[in-house]
Amino acid sequence: MLAAGFCVVLVGLLAYKVFDQAGSAISTFGLGFLGNSTWNPVINKYGAADFIYGTAITTAISLALAAPLAIAIALYLTELAPRVLRTPIATLVEMLAAIPSVVIGLWGILVLGPFMQAHLEPWLHSVLGWIPLFDGDPSQVGLLSAILVLTIMVVPIVSAVTREIFVTCPPELKEGALALGATRWEMVRTVMLPYARSGIVGAVILGMGRAVGEAIAVTQVIGGTAGIHASLFGSGDTLASRIASQYQGATSNLQISSIAYLGAILLVIALIANLIARLIVSGVRRPRTGFAS
Amino acid sequence: MSTTAPDFNLRASGRVRRRQAVNRLSLLAASGSAVLAVAVLLLLIVSVIVKSAGALNLDFITQTPAAFGQTGGGIANALVGTGLLILVAMAMAVPIGVFAGIYTSEFARPGPSAIVRLVLDVLNGVPSIVIGIFIFGLLVVGHHQSGFAGSVALAIIMLPIIARSTQEVLALVPGTVKEAGLALGISRWRTFLAVVLPAAYGGIITATLLGVARVAGETAPLLFTSSIAPNTVTTNVSQALPSIPVTIFTYSESPNPEQHQQAWAAALVLIVFVLLISIVARLFAARARRRALGR
Repeated sequence: MLAAGFCVVLVGLLAYKVFDQAGSAISTFGLGFLGNSTWNPVINKYGAADFIYGTAITTAISLALAAPLAIAIALYLTELAPRVLRTPIATLVEMLAAIPSVVIGLWGILVLGPFMQAHLEPWLHSVLGWIPLFDGDPSQVGLLSAILVLTIMVVPIVSAVTREIFVTCPPELKEGALALGATRWEMVRTVMLPYARSGIVGAVILGMGRAVGEAIAVTQVIGGTAGIHASLFGSGDTLASRIASQYQGATSNLQISSIAYLGAILLVIALIANLIARLIVSGVRRPRTGFAS
Repeated sequence: MSTTAPDFNLRASGRVRRRQAVNRLSLLAASGSAVLAVAVLLLLIVSVIVKSAGALNLDFITQTPAAFGQTGGGIANALVGTGLLILVAMAMAVPIGVFAGIYTSEFARPGPSAIVRLVLDVLNGVPSIVIGIFIFGLLVVGHHQSGFAGSVALAIIMLPIIARSTQEVLALVPGTVKEAGLALGISRWRTFLAVVLPAAYGGIITATLLGVARVAGETAPLLFTSSIAPNTVTTNVSQALPSIPVTIFTYSESPNPEQHQQAWAAALVLIVFVLLISIVARLFAARARRRALGR
């Protein structure tokens, strides 16, 4: 039908238009854009290295925090929570995903930021200051705020998908483990986690797509400065947040084109992440549910 | 007194004890994580309510923003703008999304259906800021920002959500019901209209509501398409329209505490709207599921 065909054409047009706008930046800077860390409108030279670094470090650490949390929540919801509490708590966690990112960002600057500067960062510095990540002066905005905000946004996504997979874990396998004398945790570790492993990987990649592409909340809390440094307390910028923060400031055509180039990089990362995640998640769900029933 | 106590004891010790301790600790950690997530949600909502207390009054939703240097004022222009942006986006995304969903679940062969599903998933995964750049290139470059461009961007974000949810509800309608229709000699299309659609009707409303809930708070696609907007109430979609998310974004970056308070109040309005719609969508979804499965 026409509508479905339209969707296919739309995606094609989207990719074409983004790359088309990036065209002059791609022809001027080539792939060197990815490795160059200059972003200077005065001399009209642009590179994405700083933002790629910012995206990589914020995404990696927020996923490292979010994945175990999300798996634990999914575990609680499928195994531990009293039956009456399961649906309400699952709904609350999903509501967290429904809160608009601009509101989380607002909370990030005005509530989380001052708390980070006054309490969390000094504490981290005094305990873990010997690691370069936690060295430096506490500040209200910075990579660490962005990481926490992204964690809040990624947890509900990963836990929802993980929960769906845990629910399909065949009860006879779980009961078998318990009957052999395993404690509940040993049952989880030896039966449920291996069963859900590839599904969890898919869920985390899905969460990664979200973290990489989040622009607004990150722009609000990250500080918006180029530069690569180890400290998480300092400010930085990601691909998406740089695009968002430049929306009014672009002066030359090459600068606009360079912004589109950042968008094109983002598009490619998001597409690859999504395709891999969907393949893994759907590949897990189909045969296994058939087996369980 | 010659009976001796048995020389084994039923209390866990050594290895077993350690296993039990590990068990208890891990389960406690899992429960703790769930508590943490719910706590963060409550913390967010409570912050928004507490911080917006001073700014939320009737003026806030009926007045336009105060002139520079004055106090008070409201977000009436952004409320109207957001409402209009969403309505125009719905007018575009609902028909296309619903038809795409119907096609893939009812009429397409498995091959094309799988391709369209994949494309919709891909579209769903495209960062919203990239959709903003796309529409910027398509409708803004060479012209100027407009509410229409913003609506198109929002419609693209809604589209995969509506199409996928429509598919899912239609898939719930039992095959036997469809076969019964076909066995009566009615064409596939008539069967769909008379049998499948009535059963899935509530689900399609759910799909639309989910789409609205998702885009109501979207800021990123509007930055490039409809952000430099007037402070007056306007319904002209050929010019940039003010919106609640963009208002929150710009106020949150301002150094002025009064604007912060207004940003909190606008956030409260936005959250209440989004959560209400999500809840109504859930109710409709539950009803639709019962209906589709034959009460």
